Amino acid sequence: MPIEVFFAIEVAINGLMAGVMYALVALGFVLIFKASGIFNFAQGVMALFAALTLVGLQTGQIPFAHLINAIFGTRMHHFGWDLPTIVAIIGTMAVMVLLAFLVERLVLKHLVNQEPIILFMATIGLAYLLEGLGDVMWGAEVKQLDVGLPQGASVWIGDTTYALFGYDFFIDKLALWAAGIAAVLVIGLTLFSQYTRQGRALRAVADDHQAALSVGISLRAIWVLTWSIAGFVALVAGIMWGASSGVQFSLSLIALKALPVLILGGFTSIPGAIVGGLIIGVGEKLFDFFFQPIVGGATENWFAYMLALVFLLFRPQGLFGEKIIERV
Amino acid sequence: MLDAGQTREALLEVNNIEVIYNHVILVLKGVSLTVPKGGITALLGGNGAGKSTTLKAVSGLLGSERGEVTKGSILYRGENIAHANPADTVKKGVIQVMEGRHCFEHLTVEENLLTGAFTRTDGRAAVQQHLELVYEYFPRLKERRRSQAGYTSGGEQQMTAIGRALMSKPETILLDEPSMGLAPQLVEQIFEIVKRLNEEQGVTFLLAEQNTNVALRYAHTGYILENGRVVMEGAADALRENPDVKEFYLGMSDTGRRSYREVRSYRRRKRWLA
Repeated sequence: MPIEVFFAIEVAINGLMAGVMYALVALGFVLIFKASGIFNFAQGVMALFAALTLVGLQTGQIPFAHLINAIFGTRMHHFGWDLPTIVAIIGTMAVMVLLAFLVERLVLKHLVNQEPIILFMATIGLAYLLEGLGDVMWGAEVKQLDVGLPQGASVWIGDTTYALFGYDFFIDKLALWAAGIAAVLVIGLTLFSQYTRQGRALRAVADDHQAALSVGISLRAIWVLTWSIAGFVALVAGIMWGASSGVQFSLSLIALKALPVLILGGFTSIPGAIVGGLIIGVGEKLFDFFFQPIVGGATENWFAYMLALVFLLFRPQGLFGEKIIERV
Repeated sequence: MLDAGQTREALLEVNNIEVIYNHVILVLKGVSLTVPKGGITALLGGNGAGKSTTLKAVSGLLGSERGEVTKGSILYRGENIAHANPADTVKKGVIQVMEGRHCFEHLTVEENLLTGAFTRTDGRAAVQQHLELVYEYFPRLKERRRSQAGYTSGGEQQMTAIGRALMSKPETILLDEPSMGLAPQLVEQIFEIVKRLNEEQGVTFLLAEQNTNVALRYAHTGYILENGRVVMEGAADALRENPDVKEFYLGMSDTGRRSYREVRSYRRRKRWLA
């Protein structure tokens, strides 16, 4: 086989891996959208905030150090200890749960029964608030995140494929881990929502708030639960993105890439988020591979949105979105 | 059977409640009623009379619609539940079946029923056993247990909604407009099941209905609401014989009328002035 074919396959596989990363962010959107009908604009920023908090806890940064220094004229920045990764992750998760609780208390509780657009606006506000908070708490510089996941090309895959096909496939070990983690996450979430009492309540709330209330399901508890799970997914996404490209504020922009993923997969489907992410990931890499010589570079910036546009025209509920049930 | 409700102890007492929506819209202007234990009490009246609002005031669902009980009290077993949230009310044994069914469309019929048991703490086995009991009353639901509720018929959805409420092991069910949009035969079937549940399981019902005819045939006592006030109350058979009710709610008249000039002026008892 000519080397170009192998190269195209390699590009496609790496596209899959990139797709997993998109899917991780999209997953958080789907969870909140399903449970409360809110398009949570802040999901990307939540991933950023989680990653910032994780790095901060891990390296023993003092929160609000800049602010404290500016007010009191002190010069402190670190506690001087390093936390083990697992402790830092648990600590960050606690922060995300606290955040979910505060969002329910300070925002959602007061907007019950409002139009979806109002809730959407509220999440835009939340996004800016969180971004600012992340900045003030942990500082704006780009940070390294090392959670002990292996990085770099997988030598084993390279050697094996070279022996078999005479072509050395380059596949990032981190990307393989991301795929594995995403799979575990999706299976876990699916089992939770299908087979547990809380999961069923969550889907009930997604279908009909009023009816859920009438059978004694507490909306507030369900919302805290949903936002906590979304916070957890954001943390996972933050870890994977942070580990691959550093923790920086442009991370919050990956949320924008999640939008076409959602339009493809459907806003209400967890498997849809994964498949949508994979299609976008592979699609944009292959499109770039084949058409770059013709249309020039940087197709990755717009390919996903074009694809989403086509989907909006022909299949607005996405590949796996719930059809709106209309009995006649 | 018809006066069975009269003699028993009061389970639910609504005392002169006033309900305001959105801080400005006065919907109930002093409604009082008593629901006896083990009875079927009908709440009748036209559109906008305040039937649903009364039920929601009891179940605590008003809050999520920006409504509020501003005066009066709602006593359930002597405890004021006028400001309780729905979850607490359900735990106390009062559950509402909302108007228009409100099934969880994307959940299966069985999952719908199971959500009704959300507040229960007596374990999986007890819930499973109760599920079988519900299927005994609604065999149709057992056939459709794996179907998505959104794709079932209106009658099946109404059964699902009632069955779901039953799953909470309620003492009292607040049933809002069970006949809505159903064929007369189905309405009759639903009311038969209500009657059986009342007699065999001892479930107390407070039901709001526009279909005065059916409601008064199955209920023990009735209240007629108009413009947020109770204008008439009494045993169901007495209400059915009342000439005003006959003329204005049952569409019957002793004499038969030839023109609208002969329509009687509505001599209702203005109870709230007395």
